[in-house]
Amino acid sequence: MSAPRSRSLLLVGLLVALLVAGFGSYYASNHPDGLIYVAEQTGFDDQQDQSAAGDGPFAGYSTRGVDDERLGGGLAGVAGVLVVLTLSGGLFWVLRRRGPADDAGV
Amino acid sequence: MHVPDGFLDATTSLATGAVAVVGVSLALRGARRELDDRTAPVAGLVATFVFAGQMMNFPVGAGTSGHLLGGALAAVLAGPWTAVLCLSVVLLVQALFMADGGITALGTNITLMGLVAVGVAWLVFCGLRMVLPKRVSMVPAAAAVAALVSVPSAAAVFTLLFVVGGTAPIDTGTLLTAMLGWHVVIGLGEAAITGLVVGSVVAVRPDLVHGARPLLEERTLVIRPAVPR
Repeated sequence: MSAPRSRSLLLVGLLVALLVAGFGSYYASNHPDGLIYVAEQTGFDDQQDQSAAGDGPFAGYSTRGVDDERLGGGLAGVAGVLVVLTLSGGLFWVLRRRGPADDAGV
Repeated sequence: MHVPDGFLDATTSLATGAVAVVGVSLALRGARRELDDRTAPVAGLVATFVFAGQMMNFPVGAGTSGHLLGGALAAVLAGPWTAVLCLSVVLLVQALFMADGGITALGTNITLMGLVAVGVAWLVFCGLRMVLPKRVSMVPAAAAVAALVSVPSAAAVFTLLFVVGGTAPIDTGTLLTAMLGWHVVIGLGEAAITGLVVGSVVAVRPDLVHGARPLLEERTLVIRPAVPR
């Protein structure tokens, strides 16, 4: 069996990321994470300020205007995946060392 | 682990902001050596995967949860400088679009998850790579150990920042014990996810794994008799 081409690997990876963010995240634990839990236990969680981005369309991993939790969360996850992919992919493509591609697998 | 606005005072947030700016600037230079036509798309996917992974909070008992930080994962797959940029992009998007992690705390979060977690993970990984057998099969295990150490390291640095510039008087020992205790448990989840994902990529395309590359180059070429088809 030959090694999978880079493109297939990238597509599989992107599919997994979209599934996790768009679908799997609904099943993620809703409990506060370690830091916020410790803040609650030791008594400094009320120092927390509302983020200035708290009114954004995807604030809190939900979608404004979408009441269904599963759909709203999934849309926010997919939107986040696409924004991160575009920003990081663009940044790394600009930063990369230019030169002839040395890999026949692409 | 995302620090919200208000936990740390303005001076400390400015200081971590300056640390983050210096760290990201260095990473923008360093990442050029790690990225080429073949690895740049993989690195973009690594950042995307870290974002998705950070959404999957897993329960760690007693009403609390943890999620992947991704410092070790990104460093081993894409290289340490690129990993700093991966985490920085993820944290920027989370702070601006998801209100996850404060905006004035962005420098703190980049320092903790982008610089400390990635830096500690990469040092542990390289240390293990030096002492373990020079085989590609050690890469997922070393990545998992690096992941395990990286999470409580970031938690310890948060505690230090809170002692210096926290906005509430909390006993240092109590805070450190609670932060380290929970984040060692979260680190176990981090280790499992990191080992699994790095193991999967190493199994199919070890040449795309930054941390495995020196080991591939050391593999000797063996001439074997041709197998009749």
